[in-house]
Amino acid sequence: MPTSTIYTLIKQLLTKKATNPFPVKYTPNNMHAAASLIESGDLTINPPVELPPDFRGKLSYDVDACIGCQLCLKVCPAEALVFKSEERKVKHYVSRCTFCAQCANICPKDCFEMTEEFLIAGLDKYSDDMILNP
Amino acid sequence: MSDKDTTYQVPIGPIHPALKEPFMINFRLDGETIVDAEAHPGMNHRGIEFMGMHRNPLKVIPLSERICGICSIVHQHMFTTAVEHAAGIEPTNRARYIRTIMAELERIHSHVLWAGVAAHEIGFDTHLHFTWKVREKVMDLLEYIAGNRVNYSMWTIGGVRRDITEKMYPKVNETLDYYESLYKKLEEIFLGDPSIRLRTKDIGILTEEEALRLCGVGPTVRASGVKKDVRIDQPYAAYGDLDLDYVIPSRYGYENTGDVFSKTLVRLKELVQSIDLIRQCVDQMPEGDIDSEPKKAVLLNKLKKADGEGIGRIEAPRGEAFHYARLKEGQEELDCWKIRASTYNNLTTYAPMFMGEQIADIPIIAACIDPCIGCMDRAEIVEINSGERYSYTHEELHVLSVEKTKKILEGSL
Ligand code: SF4
Ligand code: SF4
Repeated sequence: MPTSTIYTLIKQLLTKKATNPFPVKYTPNNMHAAASLIESGDLTINPPVELPPDFRGKLSYDVDACIGCQLCLKVCPAEALVFKSEERKVKHYVSRCTFCAQCANICPKDCFEMTEEFLIAGLDKYSDDMILNP
Repeated sequence: MSDKDTTYQVPIGPIHPALKEPFMINFRLDGETIVDAEAHPGMNHRGIEFMGMHRNPLKVIPLSERICGICSIVHQHMFTTAVEHAAGIEPTNRARYIRTIMAELERIHSHVLWAGVAAHEIGFDTHLHFTWKVREKVMDLLEYIAGNRVNYSMWTIGGVRRDITEKMYPKVNETLDYYESLYKKLEEIFLGDPSIRLRTKDIGILTEEEALRLCGVGPTVRASGVKKDVRIDQPYAAYGDLDLDYVIPSRYGYENTGDVFSKTLVRLKELVQSIDLIRQCVDQMPEGDIDSEPKKAVLLNKLKKADGEGIGRIEAPRGEAFHYARLKEGQEELDCWKIRASTYNNLTTYAPMFMGEQIADIPIIAACIDPCIGCMDRAEIVEINSGERYSYTHEELHVLSVEKTKKILEGSL
């Protein structure tokens, strides 16, 4: 048995890992300090894994193309889209979105596109980058 | 010997390290031996059906996907089938095949995950890490096909939203080959290892009669030799075109004992069956559209005009599950939506399985039906005026039911 255990161990060291690597090898003692180190380029982090084809990330919204037909509101399960009646355009709350892409499918003018952006966590869900067409 | 009652009661749950999900079982013990077990569901009610009845069917699809974190495909599948049935919409042929492939991929993922949980419950954490590592492969494939992990958003009423193109076949085949080569190792671990055998053989026995009497479903009862599988009994999607048979232990030269070991065996053999089914689907995949109504605005109108009720019966990884949907003419929202997940049936099989076993066997027996409480917990009664919450016992419900029958007979209802 020991030989097969050693063999498995060596094999595991050499094969590609099944799961994503952690951003950094060891958890930093101070997250904020580590974050500023990353910003200044003194600390490199493991990049996230490759995205699958046609990944559904944060929406992008083409305000000018929108005709205000409100069809997208009819299929959004999370009520992440709100109609602005004076402007006749929609407003999108990123934090509510479930990334189902039903709005992108139904829009007659193809205003929505699912981008590849997925690092979208934030502290304030009403900040400008968390609302499209605020 | 005195005739004093020497048994004592041990409640396990709703939150307990032996359980992965919130439900409760009340055990009556005599020393170390379980003499009575009573399951108390209802700790995880989320009101999903109520939410669904305030939305149009297209909005409910992503919601139905979130009923369960593992069976997200199963619930979308049942819900769309139920609505298609109610509105008289037929999915396209190609969509049926894609649905089948996705459903079987999910079965692989669910069964491998279960094997890890079972190993963990009896203390083999290395096996937990091993199985969950190999599970990543099928998760990656699902992500590759559907675009995202776990919440796939693949289904729509009348078909599917994404195609499985020829370009994807090499990756599908690669994953299937991987699991085929892996199967031997899984079998060696879960069926061959003497210490795992000791913990699973003749533990948590469910006899064929009990399985039938308690209406259990899925691998839980197939392990007892009950031939019950919706994929064969009432084929849906593309299963009618495929070659498959009931996975019961006697087919592989084992006895249909219905213990934890047979349940493990059935799940592992279903892994092989799923691989075979996906291969058949890929070979026979018909050409054509993937969606019978790509214009969703038209579909919404059609659904608004539809009137009727429909059901969706699917063999989920845990057994038969069921959705009921009713549409009313002129009303966008669902008129009624009812979900019955497989665990609801399987929970009743706990009583005979726990009887006579030891306290230490509770976790593995609790895990052997692969309970999924998030799916199951649906019923709690809330008195709207006073806000009071209560649930009915079986006896009370029975009395109510008898009373109703009486009233109907007397013509007062
Ligand atoms: S992707 Fe889905 S949840 Fe997000 S805005 Fe579009 S329809 Fe709503
Ligand atoms: S469906 Fe498209 S065009 Fe219509 S309101 Fe929504 S974004 Fe605008």
